[in-house]
Amino acid sequence: MKQNIINKIWNTHLVHSKAGFPEMLYIDRILLHEVTSAQAFAELKNRNIPIRNKHNIIATIDHSIPTDKNRIVIADEIARKQVDTLRANCKETGITIYDIDSHHQGIVHVVGPELGFTLPGKTIICGDSHTSTHGAFGALAFGVGTSEITHAMASSCILQDKPKTYKVEFKGMPNQYFTAKDAILKLIAEIGIGGGKGCVIEYVGEYIRSLSMEARMTICNMSIECGARAGLIAPDATTLSYLEGREYAPKGANWGQAKQEWLALASDEGADYDYSITIDITGAGPMITWGINPEHAIALNETTPAINAGGDKATLEKAYAYTQLQPGQSLVGTAIDFAFVGSCTNGRIEDLRAVAKILDGRKVANNVTMYIVPGSEQVMEMAQAEGLDKIFAAAGADFRMPGCSMCLAMNPDKVPEGKRCISTTNRNFIGRQGPNSITHLASPQTVAASAVLGKIAGQEHLA
Amino acid sequence: MKKFTTLHSHIIPLAIDNVDTDMIIPAQHLKSVSKEGYGENVFSALRSMYPDFVLNKPQYNTGKILVSKENFGCGSSREHAVWAIQQYGIETVICNSFSDIFFNNSAKNGLLLITQPLEVINEMLAIAENDPTTVMTVDLPNQSISYNGKGYHFDYDGFRKHCLINGLDDLDYLMSHTSEINKYEEHHGKA
Ligand code: SF4
Repeated sequence: MKQNIINKIWNTHLVHSKAGFPEMLYIDRILLHEVTSAQAFAELKNRNIPIRNKHNIIATIDHSIPTDKNRIVIADEIARKQVDTLRANCKETGITIYDIDSHHQGIVHVVGPELGFTLPGKTIICGDSHTSTHGAFGALAFGVGTSEITHAMASSCILQDKPKTYKVEFKGMPNQYFTAKDAILKLIAEIGIGGGKGCVIEYVGEYIRSLSMEARMTICNMSIECGARAGLIAPDATTLSYLEGREYAPKGANWGQAKQEWLALASDEGADYDYSITIDITGAGPMITWGINPEHAIALNETTPAINAGGDKATLEKAYAYTQLQPGQSLVGTAIDFAFVGSCTNGRIEDLRAVAKILDGRKVANNVTMYIVPGSEQVMEMAQAEGLDKIFAAAGADFRMPGCSMCLAMNPDKVPEGKRCISTTNRNFIGRQGPNSITHLASPQTVAASAVLGKIAGQEHLA
Repeated sequence: MKKFTTLHSHIIPLAIDNVDTDMIIPAQHLKSVSKEGYGENVFSALRSMYPDFVLNKPQYNTGKILVSKENFGCGSSREHAVWAIQQYGIETVICNSFSDIFFNNSAKNGLLLITQPLEVINEMLAIAENDPTTVMTVDLPNQSISYNGKGYHFDYDGFRKHCLINGLDDLDYLMSHTSEINKYEEHHGKA
């Protein structure tokens, strides 16, 4: 039978299935961070259940740590306790932790791929919804809650209902300023934040094939923002050349064999899906969000929608009131206070290079505070080796230490009350970057151009 | 896990779509290492921003059934959102649809999620808004909801129903299949 890649991976990981019960799915890899793991370790200890396969687990710290130079000192007592608890749990159980100054600490979804821990055909879970990022390698990667982390640590399995499959094809070639971030925002605007519910998405098409691994991760990362359980892209030559030689990637003869197996994961010609959609990106330009969830996205050259343009009227009214905007206006020219580059969506080296290219020889506007936060220590070290840090400093941007930073209001980096931020992150929910702060999601290039001009703008507006 | 059979309670109407987990429990309240202590911060941002937010109204203080609209629980995977709702005292959420991760997390903690068509949801919201003293009965064994002499059936997955009624959790179920896991690993190797 012809199978798509999602069903291929699912079927080879089934441990037990019985009618009327959820399926028992084998989990190859678990990623841990400090916010959602403590309760899992505690539960196992309470019930006296050992960890089944500790070598399939790695940990790092990212969400609640500060990103200033002196980050070793965590002033917030509760955050410190969370970090110290993870350190102690890893020590006690023998799980590898990539801590500060390991040269591999960073946002869990940036670190996994960098280490080659994320591999094609694997099932991966993490207690974080953006685990979908790892799907860029052709892995089936789910964000789960603390209970499922506990289950997988104990049994290497979780219980899940079989997902529906959804094929998303990007057709045509966009304009020169369009990026992977714009592609995924365009999809979410089109199908809505619940549009992928119950599904795993496979992204296909010529545009996807043309993208680097970094850009593919940006796309898969935001699959969760249309409600999908995961998103993935079949492995190809780009995937293989990214992975070759990485720490956890197979070596020698095993590499040769792995390559064959991975390429064979591709969906069979003519395989069926439960749903499919084609998104035409011919000539499309950059996107930006105006409201309070990621489906509130428009092209930079469009105007904001009317209240009765469809969707829930109360939500749209609330969105305009919160973001202090009007229906029918252009966002271009709206003054901003903050510009943020970073997160598991756009905190990788390619993103930083794109930003540096724009900031080189320019200055961040006086009214704007700009944070550039590398996704990991590896990204930071590469950026330093390439001299990007000097470009950022000369432009007046603050190049900080790795972590989630201003993506969620959980560490000292917050957008202050009432301030407007243009951000490369993935959620513009009410209060996401700080109580009463306003967020506009966009690509790193759009964020950099806006930082320079002090107001929302695209690259094409730069002199 | 606490057992769930039937519940009689007032209704809390939250007539919006896309209630996300950042609304349910903002990230600044996630810094605990335990499963306790989240109830007091449930919907904290909305409660402080909007004085007329439903949880600020004393007439809804005793509600254990929350009714909302589409795509409830979207956003982050934080199970803290489920803990916060439960610790506040809510035992059942009725909506037109739920996000996948939130749905999974709820079942694993004994929070009953019920889906109903939008017409029924709108009727429940209107009734709760007009008369906060309305009492609703949720009967899980019979999969029915009733109030004011009206009754509705709801669909519910058999396995999850069994777990909820008996207070069993998934970990017990998984650990009882260790021989299958061993077999899988012998055959496939450990990843
Ligand atoms: S960068 Fe943001 S979205 Fe990504 S893991 Fe950290 S907090 Fe979550």
